[in-house]
Amino acid sequence: MKLKGNVFKFGDDISTDLIAPGRYFHLRSNLQELAKHVMEDADPDFYSKIKPGDFIVAGKNFGLGSSREHAPTIIKLAGISGVIASSFARIFFRNAINVGLPVIECDTTDIEQGDEIEVDLEKGCLTNLTKDTKLTFSMLPRVMTNILQDGGLIEHIAKYGDFRLD
Amino acid sequence: MGKTITEKILSAHLGKEVSAGELIEVKVDVALGNDITSPLAIVEFEKLGVKSLFDPDKVVLVLDHFVPNKDVRSAEQCKFVRQFAKKYGVKNFFDVGQMGIEHALLPEQGLVLTGDIIIGADSHTCTYGALGAFSTGVGSTDLAAVWATGEIWLKVPQTIKFVCSGKLNPWVGGKDLILHTIGDIGVDGANYMAMEFTGEVIPKLTMADRFTMSNMAIEAGGKAGIIAPDEITLEYVKPRAKREWRMYSSDSDAEYVESREYDCSQIEPQVAFPHLPSNVKPISQVGQVEIDQAVIGSCTNGRIEDLRLAARVLKGKKVHKDVRLIIIPGTQQIYLQAVKEGLVEIFIEAGGAISTPTCGPCLGGYMGILAKGERCIATTNRNFVGRMGHKESEVYLANPAITAASAIAGRIAPVE
Repeated sequence: MKLKGNVFKFGDDISTDLIAPGRYFHLRSNLQELAKHVMEDADPDFYSKIKPGDFIVAGKNFGLGSSREHAPTIIKLAGISGVIASSFARIFFRNAINVGLPVIECDTTDIEQGDEIEVDLEKGCLTNLTKDTKLTFSMLPRVMTNILQDGGLIEHIAKYGDFRLD
Repeated sequence: MGKTITEKILSAHLGKEVSAGELIEVKVDVALGNDITSPLAIVEFEKLGVKSLFDPDKVVLVLDHFVPNKDVRSAEQCKFVRQFAKKYGVKNFFDVGQMGIEHALLPEQGLVLTGDIIIGADSHTCTYGALGAFSTGVGSTDLAAVWATGEIWLKVPQTIKFVCSGKLNPWVGGKDLILHTIGDIGVDGANYMAMEFTGEVIPKLTMADRFTMSNMAIEAGGKAGIIAPDEITLEYVKPRAKREWRMYSSDSDAEYVESREYDCSQIEPQVAFPHLPSNVKPISQVGQVEIDQAVIGSCTNGRIEDLRLAARVLKGKKVHKDVRLIIIPGTQQIYLQAVKEGLVEIFIEAGGAISTPTCGPCLGGYMGILAKGERCIATTNRNFVGRMGHKESEVYLANPAITAASAIAGRIAPVE
């Protein structure tokens, strides 16, 4: 799976409250509508600036806080192809995989706002086309790549009736 | 090599010995959902086309985030969950009148027990670690998969051990210990790991204080926040349990990724400043911080012991004229107890507003939303940007006594 797009860069400790503010939870049955508010407390015009395929790139502990799955879901619905961060909060990471949003853990220090990047999920390789640099990242546990490849956890269970740990 | 309590609980459920780092697929004792996370889980569950829940008696559904219904959309969501509970025969379904904030309610009702594995679609599911259970939060899709299969896949976590020694200072409790801990290790200090609280201070803590500590393990990124069961745990669990429980404790030669020691005699009441729970200061170093609102409640500090603390401080006093004090008992039973003990009278005479149980303001839902520029001190668990309302509002986290004292003073203040 190869992904390509431009970078929106954010800092450390981006909470799920910042990604999907609780005050918009009346929209939680209308996820496409909720998606219009994605990350708006960090960047009020974020949604309108996204082009399909773009990436969110952040520092450490992306997605801390609530278990709300709406957070990775609306990131995906907004057209973001993947989130790249130096580390992720645990529940967000699981949720992202479960809803089929690729999450990549690697050193993001040298990736900047507006950079064009290409990510090869199978090879564990990130190419910064703007800067002409390459980064490698470690592959996900097998169960997670299985879930991602099947398009999400429900699709995975529907296929096998169970989890495939190896 | 010995095992941690977490490794023991997971091994016992698997019927084979496992250690930190292994990927496992394990049966759960309780699967919890609420009115925010269940609707999405229901949609995903129904996509699977399975005819029944793995075991309807192990499923618990609590409407607590937006009830009594905040608006038409919340009403629709609650109705959706209510219909699901009926259709699939979920007896442990808690609606307005019986409901409470889930993490206060489940232990109170004896639905979660020592030695259990509990999976909940709510990040604060880690609360039940205080009972000596393995308990962790997941998202809606994971919950849907548990409903269908009765199992979850997990990586057995490593454990950080926290050794709390010394003697607690006045007005210092579980909230201060956990805020101090998060301040020390940071909001990702325990990411993917179990936190185990030990040391001479812990066995002296009430269950309420222990629940508060385990509850906020997630604020350090923790997968679980676990406390070995003892006499106090048993005293709590025994009259409530309707099934067997099992007690485990860590071996003396268990392997920990790290051990941190705190001299609790040095810990003052703590206040977490915006916008991270790790941004803590001792009360003596808070300075002049005026407040507009004070909230006492939530899954972190809405138990009867918390309300008693607040009442001790508020008795015979008046809330500052520029402050709105909102008090939210965690469950109906706690509410009733507070009425019987005269706490509600103390709160109302002081000028506080009492709500029926709800998560409400904690997540910026309703019942106390902040306007631009407003400040709130709260016994809740998170103070992220926009958490309780406007993105330019501020939340300060503290224990119930400090929150009550601040409501009287009109600024963040120690107990007089």
